Amino acid sequence: MKLEGRYIEVPGFMDLHAHLREPGFEESETLATGARAALHGGFTTVCAMPNTNPAIDTPGLVQEIYTRAPGWAEGARVWPIASITRGRKGKELADLVELAEAGAVAFSDDGYPVDDARLFRSALEYAGSAGRVVIEHPQDLSLSAKGVMHEGAVSARLGLPGMPASAEEIAVARDIALAKMTGARVHLTHLSTARSIDLVRRAKVDGAPITCDVTPHHLAMTDEWVAGSRAFVWEVEDEGLHGVAYDSSTKVNPPLRTRADVRALWAGLADGTVDVIATDHAPHASTRKDVEFDQAAFGISGLETAVPLVLGGVRAGWAPLSTVIAALTTGPARVLGIELPEGDQITIDTEAEWIVTPESFFSLGKNTPLMGRSLTGRVDIAGVGLTKRRGGRRVAETISRH
Amino acid sequence: MNWTRRHVLDTDDWSRDEIDTVLDQTRAMTEILHRPIRRAPPLRGRTVILFFAEASTRTRVSFELAAKALSADVTNITASGSSVEKGESLYDTVRTLQALGGDVVVMRHASSGAPYFVAERTDAAVINAGDGWHAHPTQGLLDAYTLRDALGDLDGKRVVIVGDVMHSRVARSDINTLIPLGARVTLSGPPTLIPTAWRCGQLPPGVTYESDLDRAVEGADAVIALRLQRERQESGLLPSLREYSRVWGLTSDRVARMRPGAPVMHPGPMNEGVEIDAAVAHGSQSLIEKQVTNGVAVRMALLYLLAGAGAPAPVEERV
Repeated sequence: MKLEGRYIEVPGFMDLHAHLREPGFEESETLATGARAALHGGFTTVCAMPNTNPAIDTPGLVQEIYTRAPGWAEGARVWPIASITRGRKGKELADLVELAEAGAVAFSDDGYPVDDARLFRSALEYAGSAGRVVIEHPQDLSLSAKGVMHEGAVSARLGLPGMPASAEEIAVARDIALAKMTGARVHLTHLSTARSIDLVRRAKVDGAPITCDVTPHHLAMTDEWVAGSRAFVWEVEDEGLHGVAYDSSTKVNPPLRTRADVRALWAGLADGTVDVIATDHAPHASTRKDVEFDQAAFGISGLETAVPLVLGGVRAGWAPLSTVIAALTTGPARVLGIELPEGDQITIDTEAEWIVTPESFFSLGKNTPLMGRSLTGRVDIAGVGLTKRRGGRRVAETISRH
Repeated sequence: MNWTRRHVLDTDDWSRDEIDTVLDQTRAMTEILHRPIRRAPPLRGRTVILFFAEASTRTRVSFELAAKALSADVTNITASGSSVEKGESLYDTVRTLQALGGDVVVMRHASSGAPYFVAERTDAAVINAGDGWHAHPTQGLLDAYTLRDALGDLDGKRVVIVGDVMHSRVARSDINTLIPLGARVTLSGPPTLIPTAWRCGQLPPGVTYESDLDRAVEGADAVIALRLQRERQESGLLPSLREYSRVWGLTSDRVARMRPGAPVMHPGPMNEGVEIDAAVAHGSQSLIEKQVTNGVAVRMALLYLLAGAGAPAPVEERV
């Protein structure tokens, strides 16, 4: 590790939460493009969410992900997350022990929270015995209903149906109670509100087996982005940067929240309440996004912009660089209950300025509100094992720079 | 006259000067409407496309009359029977609109923000004729014009807007137009139909919330009743229409609590006996028919400003 100076050298990142879309939605992303995008963004390991078609709910499908994923020379290593319930329907448990034996690194019905608390309790107990963590997307669907953005002053102004913060917090509280009762580990993914962080902070004091992650976009952007703002939370509002209102690239679930929420996420990161930064990389083909705001798919393509976003908050002094790096490396490894793979290393140029263009992404998903924006900081060299890539492209031999 | 806008998508960032420009232009247009032959030539040779992806009769007809009074050619793309109903995407429709080459696209759409989508992707000037819950700028402007006509300067005047504010693009546009003109707005209505953020202190400047309608109308200078859609009861936001009309309906008793002679307005179409009593709707203080007449003049003013001789040249501009 080298955390001083313009070029920092750290272990390869591990992303607990990415949607690589294969099988079923290859127009949005494939295992190959997703793995390359991951490595380009500094992630040498990427965990693929099972909301594919079919959902990853049998040992054969878990194996299929390993088989189809490109070799390490082509991109990040891909680890499959299997679904909690058959078909992600929230009705009956998938064969969790056999899925774990086949190589599923965790379980999640991401996007469809398990509404049935009794079934979720069973899942936690079963997953615990299989030695795997359950990753839960906390959201009370009856309360978030048809919301398309954070419910607050901005949604009131824009006339868009909102998802209240409480829809997340109610689910967080339920999951904490079940984790405490069962003693099984629960990982809450992409927390976005101040009260969610508070609940987790108190649960940890109580000794509940809870961990959580936040995304780079929730650490950098607010609901004002839906109204056209393009100022990061650590920047002053700049008219010159203003985008168009109702741009569906800002539509994401959980939604971009308020400035106070963002600051609370950083505080949680700084004090250890937040264990992990995960991207929730959600690439979409343009046909799913180039539509009316309320009709558009949720999600931001995030693997390749994570580094500059998190460095922004570090520069603002909201969390130490070492903490942020831990949340991208040892943090996720600890959640999965494994050691960080040895030999993965990346070099970050913390001062590189670059502009986000469709061509700058290896991901097929160009859906990001950062399109056209200038960012500071990028991954210079990333290597899985001994294979090194620079700017996302393979380089022949080890590079010595200084 | 200082007019630089290419589109009318929302009035939320309009200056008082811009609103005054439109209202002054509206007055000039009412003169045309009072002529024996209600037609003037400034938009001759221009094409106005009316793209209504959501059912509407009065607003569409109002725009059509406005465009024709200025001698524009008018084409309709309505939802019923058009490709919109056959599942054509908005993106495809925009490409068609662009290929047709209209000068102005007047659009109504069920999705908040849809006019922004269209304005980004076409060379035509776009007028928002109502998008989802978001905005209905011409209604806001015609309400401001009608109120100013009745009350004179709106500075310091207090206007009550009562009803389903949450789902009302009219309420949002009324607020955005009346506040810069110096008026204050009191919102009233069931808590489930007022955005929670607004009830909990994050109201726009100049706006207050008073759940008790009797208190809200006390001494008010004008009241605007909003249409209540029956589906609000079905979706669990209201116990019953009967209760609603008793607690938040505009009755003669409530009108009597306002400043004497204070005007009563409604964007139409009305549910008489629900949000407004028939006696009030058709009473001496009602300006509801005037709103309809003024609507044509306001729309003429905007069409003229966007596509008439003084219109800004089509340049690349952020909306």
